[in-house]
Amino acid sequence: MSTAMAHALNEGLRSVMEEDNKVLLIGEDIGRLGGVFRVTDGLQKDFGDLRVVDSPLGEAGIVGSAIGLAMAGYRPVCEIQFDGFVFPAMNQIITQLAKYRHRSEGRVTLPVVIRIPVGGGIGAIEHHSESPEAYFAHTAGLRVVSPSSAQEAYDLIRMSVRSDDPVIFLEPKHSYWLKGDVDRSSSPAPIGTAKIVHSGDDLTLVAYGALVPTALKVAAAAAEDGRSVEVIDLRSLSPIDDATIFASVERTGRLVVAHEASQTAGLGAEIVARVQDEIFYSLEAPAIRVTGYDTPYPPSRLEGDWLPGLDRILDAVDRSFTY
Amino acid sequence: MADELFTVLSPDGMLADTDVDVDNLRSMYTDMVMARRLDTEAIALQRQGELGLWPSALGQEAAQVGAGRAAKAIDFIFPTYREHGVAWCKGVDPVSLLGLFRGTTLGGWDPSADNFALYTLVIGAQTLHAVGYAMGIVRDGDVGTGDQDRDRAVLVFLGDGALSEGETNEAFVWAAAQNLPIVFFCQNNQWAISAPYSVQSRVPVAQRAQGFGFRGVRVDGNDVVASHAVTREALEHARAGNGPTLIEAFTYRRNPHTTSDDDGRYREEAITEDWTTLDPIERLRKHLRATGTGEEFFAGVLAQEAELSERLRAGCRALPDPEPSSSFVHTYAEMSADLERQMNGHLEYVAAGKEDPA
Repeated sequence: MSTAMAHALNEGLRSVMEEDNKVLLIGEDIGRLGGVFRVTDGLQKDFGDLRVVDSPLGEAGIVGSAIGLAMAGYRPVCEIQFDGFVFPAMNQIITQLAKYRHRSEGRVTLPVVIRIPVGGGIGAIEHHSESPEAYFAHTAGLRVVSPSSAQEAYDLIRMSVRSDDPVIFLEPKHSYWLKGDVDRSSSPAPIGTAKIVHSGDDLTLVAYGALVPTALKVAAAAAEDGRSVEVIDLRSLSPIDDATIFASVERTGRLVVAHEASQTAGLGAEIVARVQDEIFYSLEAPAIRVTGYDTPYPPSRLEGDWLPGLDRILDAVDRSFTY
Repeated sequence: MADELFTVLSPDGMLADTDVDVDNLRSMYTDMVMARRLDTEAIALQRQGELGLWPSALGQEAAQVGAGRAAKAIDFIFPTYREHGVAWCKGVDPVSLLGLFRGTTLGGWDPSADNFALYTLVIGAQTLHAVGYAMGIVRDGDVGTGDQDRDRAVLVFLGDGALSEGETNEAFVWAAAQNLPIVFFCQNNQWAISAPYSVQSRVPVAQRAQGFGFRGVRVDGNDVVASHAVTREALEHARAGNGPTLIEAFTYRRNPHTTSDDDGRYREEAITEDWTTLDPIERLRKHLRATGTGEEFFAGVLAQEAELSERLRAGCRALPDPEPSSSFVHTYAEMSADLERQMNGHLEYVAAGKEDPA
């Protein structure tokens, strides 16, 4: 039976809470309401309000208290309600959560997960469609992951909660109700790895989160023109799985990276830099980024054209083949 | 009243009725003297170039020793970066306090060894960690059981400047709403670097608590007996499941903010001199002398001071430089292949430099 990503996350959280009674959830409106996206639906009813905590309205408090809970031996999973509301928590994330292990010379482990719905394309108002991943990927001490499907959501949330490192878990809200089969007994690829989700020989297309389904459509459309596109789901935005990307580009000779976040100093820039640094002579064309623009996220009436979609990514694929 | 100052030991050494016995008073005295010696030696080490910086706690020994001694071993403490006297009371190796300021570490001790978290430089950030830790105590069921060996609380330190931080105010909200076993111990030393308390607030620190829905208590922070009594009561209140307390220990930072600060640019020396007459150690010395504690005791304390001085001087210089790999090794529980590559490149670079000093 096929499962929506939001339900797969719910199931994944439920399973780790059943396995380990030190796992607890903390966030705004996550208890009785089940979260604004219903990801935690029913969990407070089954695990009680000490393990599914409806927090006061304060994001610094959510992350700051999670740090203290982790020091006391718990494994907190925070929910930030929307991408644009994580910034009041940035001080705790960057100056405290990311650094404490390093400061303590490995003595203090903070297994905190911060779940954040991210990305646009849902017709939302301001601050509800952003892609803040680069801030986190730039911060040493954090792992950053983003699932692209129900299966990945189930696997990655379970691995993130079990990780002894802090994990920023970016949920593509556009895909919450995207359905897919979920194998609960599979052995997933480790948390820091990328995955080839569509094999191809002519061009490597790297995407993550909500753009992976789009990238698969790009591959299908390109196939009609006789071009074989390999799609890599990055899964882990920090660390970046260079090996999988390099091996693919060494075969295809062409690279396009797509993300919703703004272009400058984004994940695309990092991936392109690594490829030219390490396997420059494998490239037959310049590596191309297809991204959001270097503007604040636009009013939703404009988001359709602002976001990198099928057409813009296909254009980039075409451009790569002009070399 | 929240703005009354609770005092039992007056500046001239008169002690109001109290259940503290003389052994306890002598022990408090010793701890304060040792805390000051630690501070004095660290300043000297900074002047000699052995430390990059030192935030002095001169004048705040009574607040710190009073509070520090009130905490049980099972309570957990979150300090700022100036709680040298509290660290001393909790049994943290005083030499390990120097590493952060010498540049050999960003921490220096194991928080779980003495239930004493690392120093926190970001003002107010530790108040939320304290809230989370107290939430953990509640979930462990270690509050309000009546079992003295089980019930625990959190004691978190902050300064008057931290009251203006949003995170501190969030911590107050969370602690109040969940009735957490936590004591906020604010040393109002009246100066946040160059900003006097009037920049932060128009009301006494303790009065703030009322608006959040918990108790605020003002205590003479230069009175070790009062600081101890107030903190002990607040911790008992918290362990019993009766919720948080904000303690304002009213005191004065007699030295500049740190050894890099120049307080002559923003305050009158005369005020600092006034506070010198209210010295916390001096008033307890007067009391002990007046009530029959003899020279033998004071000579003994002096000998302990000399021993600590020697230990700090030798220990500071012996603090090992960190390994070049240490940053890489401790950033993640599980190091990525990418970071390992960066580390190996760096180690080769460092090794090459050592082989060829030119």
